[in-house]
Amino acid sequence: MSALEIHDVSHKYRKPALRGVSFSIASGDFVLLLGLNGAGKTTLFSLIAGLLGLQQGSIRVLGQGLPGGRSAALAGCGFVFQQSALDLDLTVAQSLRYHAALHGLSRSDARARIEQELERFGLGSRLHDLVRSLSGGQRRRVEIARALLHRPRLLLLDEATVGLDVPSRRAILQRVRAQCVEEGATALWATHLMDEVEPGDRTIVLHEGRILDDRRDLLAASLPDYFARLASEEAAA
Amino acid sequence: MTAKALRCFVGIVEREILRFLRQRSRFFASLVRPLVWLVIFGTGLRSMVDLSGVPPYGTTVTYDEYIVPGLVALVLLFNGMQIALSMVFDREMGSMKVLLVSPLPRWYLLTCRLMAGVIVALPQVYAFLACAWLWGVRPPMSGYLYVLPAVVLAGLMLGALGLLLSSLVEQLENFAGVMNFVIFPVFFASTALYPLSRLGEASAVLAEVARFNPFSHAVELVRFALYGRLDATALIATILMTVAAMALAVWRYDSGRILRRSLAAS
Repeated sequence: MSALEIHDVSHKYRKPALRGVSFSIASGDFVLLLGLNGAGKTTLFSLIAGLLGLQQGSIRVLGQGLPGGRSAALAGCGFVFQQSALDLDLTVAQSLRYHAALHGLSRSDARARIEQELERFGLGSRLHDLVRSLSGGQRRRVEIARALLHRPRLLLLDEATVGLDVPSRRAILQRVRAQCVEEGATALWATHLMDEVEPGDRTIVLHEGRILDDRRDLLAASLPDYFARLASEEAAA
Repeated sequence: MTAKALRCFVGIVEREILRFLRQRSRFFASLVRPLVWLVIFGTGLRSMVDLSGVPPYGTTVTYDEYIVPGLVALVLLFNGMQIALSMVFDREMGSMKVLLVSPLPRWYLLTCRLMAGVIVALPQVYAFLACAWLWGVRPPMSGYLYVLPAVVLAGLMLGALGLLLSSLVEQLENFAGVMNFVIFPVFFASTALYPLSRLGEASAVLAEVARFNPFSHAVELVRFALYGRLDATALIATILMTVAAMALAVWRYDSGRILRRSLAAS
């Protein structure tokens, strides 16, 4: 079964942001959505999350069509947004407990899972620290731990490593990849950073609202100057 | 109510209380405003305003006694604006998305958010009533109990209007101007500071504005409840306004219009 099916989705604000986007992701797969800033990645994530209304096309999340099956779909999804979404004046534990409550977890389940996820991300000792006191990388790890709290079957991460140094980015990416292997979760990882693509990764390339490429051998084929080639082709056109 | 929905409600309320406890100045600011009115205006106008025969009071009522219910409603009005401000802030800071991608229906999430805001307002209202008691404004003791549902309902209406307002304000920077634009006309053109009958003697137009002002109904609901009576018109008007404002706010948030603007801007 497909965890995510996008069919002929178009969306426009004043200008078109997505144009006839279609793809599907099989359960348990880790897929990169690669695109420059402004490619339409965040718009696509917002449509999947139900934060924007569909204008054209259809989206099925974990077998549920949007917008009718939004609640059932969201119950199985974990989101990490491009813009940080943590309360700076709450502690790490309070922030995660709030998220657990929004997903209906009991206090005891929430406490156990919060401790488990923070340990996994190396933040076990920061449980009662204010989010404000964490570094950028630590905040990002808290956000990913938060997205995993309710054991989602589909993870959607929009530029989850933006602004972080290379070791932090690698650590977060490896953690999410491991999550897919260990828990059988599906992940769609949106990024504009080409060095996050590894050999064998399925990579969907989004550019100016269109899918330009969708394959597993992108790294070996052309990644080093992929966008440079795109830019020169556009200039020539 | 399912266990999941109840846990969600508790989580949203807990977050609001934690945020409120971290902003202690907000509590004192909410007390200073009505106390300034009570102590300065109440004293200044006490001997100048004749309020004999104004319901629900008996034959004699002092001006500071008269304005206390209006000042309770003022606390709730500022609280409603605080709900709006924190929604706009959450939207700008990104934490609104965490709420909106919860699997529960949006109307329920927004209702929880509204009720959390009202719960935070209750200690502010009772702290003000305690200060008013020390100042000499002493309604019957039972009034402190009867006023609770009236305060909750008035708080829900003003909070729902705040939620609706938050869906209309695009940026945090615009909010201070909007607050002034809303709060002062709404407060002054109401029955908070002068009874409708006296207002009508001075200006029929202003009296009509005050009659239809939803804030006047919140004030009268609180005023009558504080003296153990029910103003049925105010009750019905407050309920209808709450439902209408909430329905519009949910529609605005559910339609994706609000985040659409910020995404389009980026």
